[in-house]
Amino acid sequence: MSEKPHLSVLDRPNSYIGRSVPRPNARRLLAGRGQYPSNVSLPRMVHVAFARSPFAHARIVGVDTEAARQAPGVVGVFVGEDIAKICQPWVGTLEHFAGMKSAPQYPLAHNVVRWQGEPVVAVVAQTRALAEDALELLLIDYEELPAVTDPETALDPDTPLIHPELGDNLVFGSKVEAGDIERAFAEADLVVEDEFHFGRHTGVTLEPRVVVADYDPSEERLTAYHGTQTPYQMQDVYARHLGLAEENVRVVVKDIGGAFGIKLHVHGEEMTTCALSMLLKRPVKWSADRLESFVSDIHARDHRVRARLALTKDGRILGYDVDDLTGVGAYSVYPRTSAVEGNQVIKLVGAPYTQQHYRAVLKVVLQNKNVMSQYRAVGHPIAFTVTEALVDKAAAELGLDPMELRARNYVPDDAYPYKSASGFTYEGLSLQRSLEKLKEMIGYPELREEQRGLRDKGVYRGIGIATFVEITAPGPAFYGVGGARISSQDGCSMKLEPSGKVQLAISVNELGQGTETIVAQIAATELGIAMEDIRVVTGDTGATPYGGAAWASRGAAIGGEVTVRAARALRDSILEVAGASLQTSPSELDLRDSLVVSREDGEELISLAEVGRIAYFRSDTLPPGFQPQLSVVRHYSPQGLPFAFTNGVHASYVEVDVDTGLVRLLNHWVVEDCGRVLNPKLVDEQARGGVAQGIGMALFEECLYSADGQLTNGSLADYLVPLSSELPDIEVAHIETPSQYSEIGAKGAGEAGTAASPAAIMNAVNDAIAPLGGRVTAMPMTPERILRSLKRI
Amino acid sequence: MKSPQFDYVRPGSLDQVLDLLAEHGDEAQVIAGGQSLVPTMNMRLAAPSVLVDVNHVPGLAGVELCGKWLRIGALTRHAEIACSPEVARHAPLLARAAPYIAHEAIRNRGTFGGSVATADPASEWPACCLTLGARIHLASRKGTRTIPAEDFFEGVYQTAIEPHELITHVEVPAAADGMLYGFDELARRKGDYAIVGLAVQARIGAKGPMKLLRRNDQRLSEVRLGFFGVAETPVLAQQAAAALEGRPLDAESIQAAQSALADDLQPLSDLYTSAEAKTHMTRVLLGRVLHALSGDHSA
Amino acid sequence: MSDINYELNLTVNGERGSFRVSPRLSLADFLREELHLTGTHVGCEQGACGACTVRYNGDQVRACLMYAVQAEGAEVETIEGITESGELAALQEAFHRNNALQCGFCTPGMLIAAADLLKHNPSPDRDQIRAGISGNYCRCTGYHSIVDAVAETCSGGTKEATQ
Repeated sequence: MSEKPHLSVLDRPNSYIGRSVPRPNARRLLAGRGQYPSNVSLPRMVHVAFARSPFAHARIVGVDTEAARQAPGVVGVFVGEDIAKICQPWVGTLEHFAGMKSAPQYPLAHNVVRWQGEPVVAVVAQTRALAEDALELLLIDYEELPAVTDPETALDPDTPLIHPELGDNLVFGSKVEAGDIERAFAEADLVVEDEFHFGRHTGVTLEPRVVVADYDPSEERLTAYHGTQTPYQMQDVYARHLGLAEENVRVVVKDIGGAFGIKLHVHGEEMTTCALSMLLKRPVKWSADRLESFVSDIHARDHRVRARLALTKDGRILGYDVDDLTGVGAYSVYPRTSAVEGNQVIKLVGAPYTQQHYRAVLKVVLQNKNVMSQYRAVGHPIAFTVTEALVDKAAAELGLDPMELRARNYVPDDAYPYKSASGFTYEGLSLQRSLEKLKEMIGYPELREEQRGLRDKGVYRGIGIATFVEITAPGPAFYGVGGARISSQDGCSMKLEPSGKVQLAISVNELGQGTETIVAQIAATELGIAMEDIRVVTGDTGATPYGGAAWASRGAAIGGEVTVRAARALRDSILEVAGASLQTSPSELDLRDSLVVSREDGEELISLAEVGRIAYFRSDTLPPGFQPQLSVVRHYSPQGLPFAFTNGVHASYVEVDVDTGLVRLLNHWVVEDCGRVLNPKLVDEQARGGVAQGIGMALFEECLYSADGQLTNGSLADYLVPLSSELPDIEVAHIETPSQYSEIGAKGAGEAGTAASPAAIMNAVNDAIAPLGGRVTAMPMTPERILRSLKRI
Repeated sequence: MKSPQFDYVRPGSLDQVLDLLAEHGDEAQVIAGGQSLVPTMNMRLAAPSVLVDVNHVPGLAGVELCGKWLRIGALTRHAEIACSPEVARHAPLLARAAPYIAHEAIRNRGTFGGSVATADPASEWPACCLTLGARIHLASRKGTRTIPAEDFFEGVYQTAIEPHELITHVEVPAAADGMLYGFDELARRKGDYAIVGLAVQARIGAKGPMKLLRRNDQRLSEVRLGFFGVAETPVLAQQAAAALEGRPLDAESIQAAQSALADDLQPLSDLYTSAEAKTHMTRVLLGRVLHALSGDHSA
Repeated sequence: MSDINYELNLTVNGERGSFRVSPRLSLADFLREELHLTGTHVGCEQGACGACTVRYNGDQVRACLMYAVQAEGAEVETIEGITESGELAALQEAFHRNNALQCGFCTPGMLIAAADLLKHNPSPDRDQIRAGISGNYCRCTGYHSIVDAVAETCSGGTKEATQ
């Protein structure tokens, strides 16, 4: 018998790959034993509360802290200068975004406050309640300045400057061009256009932002129990901005109560809390309350997009022409900036289609509002709402079925690799197959039939389709080249315990998406052991290899791949020890069911526990000079293309109450292609959760600001997130087009649900109300907006 | 969001409550269910020096038929009203409205009297009280007094309750034969305060002994249309009600009532909904509730 | 006015105890900070999110909307207690099989709300389940799998996870 080729992790016997294995770590959460940062309590710990600016824009004239200092239980009161002495300000720019600018941001406001809710004074006390008592005793004098809130006029010459030293209120401008857009539009048979508005909304993680900072001056060591998605990034930021040695900063996050992109930005409160721990030499806890979350967690979206689409009369898309204006608040957020979202928008409009001509212009402007930055599916919901709403409008004008118009223009499934008009290279997408699968899944002809029948009875239902192409798992071209110390690689270490079981530590962390489960599935498969025999450690910069952690749907693609590689290295090491012990070549051996077996005939030779015993306690029985290496570490950075691309298509079925403007969601379907599906259930759940957040954007969520920059709905009673009664069942189906650049072939699944659900819902609403002449192009689609479009009011 | 400091007292009798309120006046705050009060205190929008917890006072909870009135103790929880057979039988409007109030965990704790005393213009019980012509019973050291619902709600979170007074119970007229009750509200999410809401009471057909003689009489009388979420207090739409009086409940009378509504209501905008939209929605809601009632009745 | 300590005697998860508390301490903070029962989570402190839902004399309530001192003589049950009693085991298993949780922050409150729903209505349909848990925010799952898990529990559910 010839030598068997090495089996890929995908082909190994008893593979866990592709199986819906329940998450082992969910058990502790179900028992109320989660280890959230808000649960952390340390000896001598004190609590901080912040006085926040009541104005959108004002000069701080004076702060009288005396009465607050005397209040019961108060440990200290700190103003901006106190913290600035030990914490360097930051500037949220990236070098590869030409011309980008922002101003230094201090942990606490420095002379001028620039949004309502900006932290100004920190009060530390024995309890949070006592700290809040003392806040009421602070006397802060402000001289109000004119607030800049409307992005449309932010760049007008007579608009006040938010940061005078910048010269204007522009953070970033960019333009993407391909082909000959003027000619395309001049020669088009049909041009459709619209102006779209996307409200500001925010993440509403159920656990607010929390950090417990514990500085030990004897070792000059800071330990931060911080609810963050990116512990290594925060280790770097804390070290550099607080003047600490990087190796002396440890960031720990075990469980985290929701993240969604909110918990990877640098906010002043966490920086201040760490600085306070250094100043006070004792643990300090900041646990945001919900009112603070609304005025200080990053906000998202806030775009005005004008766009037009040119087509031929037979429904061929010639090109999109897009103008995106986005208001990002008072600073570009550090270290990922507030320009990435707009930059994704101008590169993603029209992404599924074979357009030859393209122009997209972006302006990112400052406002006296809370800062805005990346949140789940960064830019994608904007880009695909614009893309797909115009496709539906064109289909109606051309008298074509919206499915058909899409099918005619998709980049064909056999055309890859494909270079998009905006300059992306897609390795492999499945747009055509996805649409076919969706049609089948929703029973499209029957659904249309039902819609027509009900319309005759005065019931207005709509079907909306929306396609997406999603950027996932970016490599170093995304942040690294821009000078940001945000790692695109991840690391995984593994050791064989003497018992023959395995401990695995990985830099990609668990947010509830199931990272610990999928890496255990992969490692168990590669090592031929049961998943239960693997203990996964994440979320501790002091215990895991360095890496990028959890953002941009990278857990499976990068974390999965590095796990294969580390597991293979451990496997090789185990076989070497076994080979040495059995006096046979490791290439003759394999692992199965926690046993070393003969590769040739599967004969059971020794157990992994025996390998462990020999390696750790009886290395004297091994050949002289042989040193067992049963701890391994591997790192992996995505290779091949700068990003992976996933794709898929959503459908939404809604009923609009045309007399009240209320929308009822009847069904939502997603067909998505995230490459290799490692755990179908977990991918389904990522899609569903993402859809729910997209539904929030489409119908419910908006941070409402008054003209003078006051947030008017900043509580959980007034800001509406969709709840179980409003959400429909969400059906998910998969198509797999694995990446060829990695062995695991996964591309990323965390954001697909959010990327196109708002677009599908907008199209569905407009499909429902079209017979009555209504069309809504602003999100959220409130009853008010729908009634106005129907001219009922 | 931690409450400011306060002193806490847990009186064991109504007398003690009234003594405390007399002693502390404005500085005291009664806590019953606390479902509106505690958030307000957590946000430091209220800072009473003394919190008087009436949850352990005997005699304040429960539903009981007293002659032609259904007596609802101030401390009766929303959940109790929702599943009370007495309420279903004698105050069906309240039974219909109860499920619209927030969510189960809130209904288990929040009280009828608390909701009436809080007087949120978008909440259900004040509108039901107004529609049914309820009588709100107050007690203080000076004695007791009874205020008709029409005179009770004075503004946003403002009522006729004096600082030293406590609501002991509310009486609503027990439902009689021939009475119709309707309730609905428009909200973007289940359990939220309504954008606009409506409670309806009307008599259909003749009253009392005349009923036998005028069996085919389907004319409406005693029509009361209580809107909420539209103004600083719940509002009775008088003109719209007048448009229905003496007429059968049909498409024509419903339309007349809808037309008359413009003279009754000048809705205020809220965070999400303009005055124009609310005006439109009140018309739509009135039509829906009345149509549903006509359906219920004919069925 | 002072933040003097008030006596509090109550039973939590079957254990009776006497404590001294500040009257402004919420029941949620009391459970978390004094008793270290950190399975009761705090998400909004205004009764909206449901993360702090506990059982109070047998009924689900918001622990953020009560002061601990009000619980004199009461019986309070938290996720820790009703997990250890085994009462929630079927529901917890169904949540696990269906991955009806991601970050898990809403989960203790969601389980208590779901158990309360099933107590009052042993075989709810999907819409009734959605209505029954509508006071509990989950920001991760989109609720579909939670509805699946509750539905599976009430149908006596031993359905295996999809493989």
